[in-house]
Amino acid sequence: MSIDLIIQLGYVIAAGLFIFGLKMLGSPDTARRGNGVSAIGMLVAIVSALLDQGIVQYEYILGGMIVGGAIGAIAARTVAMTSMPEMVALFNGVGGAASGLVGVAALSIAEGSFTYITIILSILIGGVTFTGSLVAYGKLSETIGSGAMTFGGQKFVNGLIVIGILASAAMFVMDPTDTNMLYTVVGLSLLFGIMVVIPIGGADMPVVISLLNSYSGLAACAAGFAVDNNVLIVAGSLVGASGIILTQIMCKAMNRSLSNVLFSGFASVSTTVTEVEGEIKPISVEDAYYVLEAATNVAIIPGYGMAVAQAQHAVKELMELLEANGCEVNYGIHPVAGRMPGHMNVLLAEADVPYDQLLEMDDINPRMETVDVAIVIGANDVVNPAAREVESSPIYGMPVINVADARTVFVLKRSMASGFAGIENPLFYKDNARMLFGDAKESIGGLVREFS
Amino acid sequence: MDISYLLFILMLSVFLGFELINKVPATLHTPLMSGANAISGITVVGAIALAGNGNQDLAQWLGAGAVALASVNVVGGYMVTDRMLGFFKKKEG
Repeated sequence: MSIDLIIQLGYVIAAGLFIFGLKMLGSPDTARRGNGVSAIGMLVAIVSALLDQGIVQYEYILGGMIVGGAIGAIAARTVAMTSMPEMVALFNGVGGAASGLVGVAALSIAEGSFTYITIILSILIGGVTFTGSLVAYGKLSETIGSGAMTFGGQKFVNGLIVIGILASAAMFVMDPTDTNMLYTVVGLSLLFGIMVVIPIGGADMPVVISLLNSYSGLAACAAGFAVDNNVLIVAGSLVGASGIILTQIMCKAMNRSLSNVLFSGFASVSTTVTEVEGEIKPISVEDAYYVLEAATNVAIIPGYGMAVAQAQHAVKELMELLEANGCEVNYGIHPVAGRMPGHMNVLLAEADVPYDQLLEMDDINPRMETVDVAIVIGANDVVNPAAREVESSPIYGMPVINVADARTVFVLKRSMASGFAGIENPLFYKDNARMLFGDAKESIGGLVREFS
Repeated sequence: MDISYLLFILMLSVFLGFELINKVPATLHTPLMSGANAISGITVVGAIALAGNGNQDLAQWLGAGAVALASVNVVGGYMVTDRMLGFFKKKEG
């Protein structure tokens, strides 16, 4: 058997393991093993690649692997679960940059227009993914403002960039010796990545993160075409498809189209003043305790506020006390709660909350009427009844968790400031709603102390 | 390799990806994402050949850089996904 055939077989096996691993990631029982299967696939692919007879020097490869692997390992071990969105954003960016670099390096072996086009594509998608992810990282870690950043003529500037990319790409493909045009594409791609993410606000980050995840796969796929490698095409398009599906799920959960998420920063947000009747009724920790002590069915609805306050462990403590008191406790998780898809599930899992108590929106809503107390922890927009009741509201039509149907609602909040979408929440003024002001961790800690 | 053959592979993998990932429950979306991200580190395979060909200095350095970046993705992605999935537990008893 020739060495080339062995390498190709290795790639086929690796692709199979990726597919199998992804399939196993579909159920909580097998997910961890699935991840392992996919990692073995990666190992097979890397070993196969190393067998390539074109490789005469291993120093560069080993050096790169050791440096990169060490950085990745340290990052993976030390990152806090609350910072997962930032981490995934950075990893996406790194993946995009890697594919972009492969594109540039592939120039040395390239021939034929098709290859040059795919090189341009991997540079373009890789570059956009890289800087776009850096901006997303900045917004998530709040090193730059998390709001939507817009300026006059943004559409015009972006249009110019796109034309610039297309023109320089076309000129490069026609005359591949003109590397200045290639560098223009590199520069404009990097700029474009910044420009597309900057106008997107913090609340839309779950969509952006999954979209960038998709891009990092597509960049790998394009690099696969550039270097003529099947396994890159297969793995890259699997990742691309997964990102697109998650993006779609997130958009659906916000009742918005993808283009609305991407470009809504451009349109001036109409600030409709909704007349809200009723009054705010604050409640003390002590009084809240008496209500909870009598409750037999409690639903907890976490949001980004729980992550900020790092309150997940306190929540788990409260849950244990409630259960010991004969109360049933469930969680209602909205698909876009937090800053990335499934963010709340990871935080609660970290605090040892069993995943079978985490209910999705469609599962918890029909049960809401039987719930004695719904505890909303740092979530605003995903429980806002205006989405159902107020037609003029910007979030009208967005599916929300119907906490107002519960007998009593406790809203844990630091102040009366509105959520990321900046919309007034009529929930707070409902007869059955009580506001428990303060840091979520301290409020829940106070409840835990009352119980014990 | 034949272009049409590569495009054929692309089309089949995209369909397969949609089929596989549509069924993943919301609970697992974050691990799915970081696991998929680790897979996108497959670029390392392309980078290896370019970093090791021993011909051109610039291409080789770029390849080595790509190997390093993709390795961050591969090692970090798989490890953090494993760490996360380790937290997911069923209710005892």
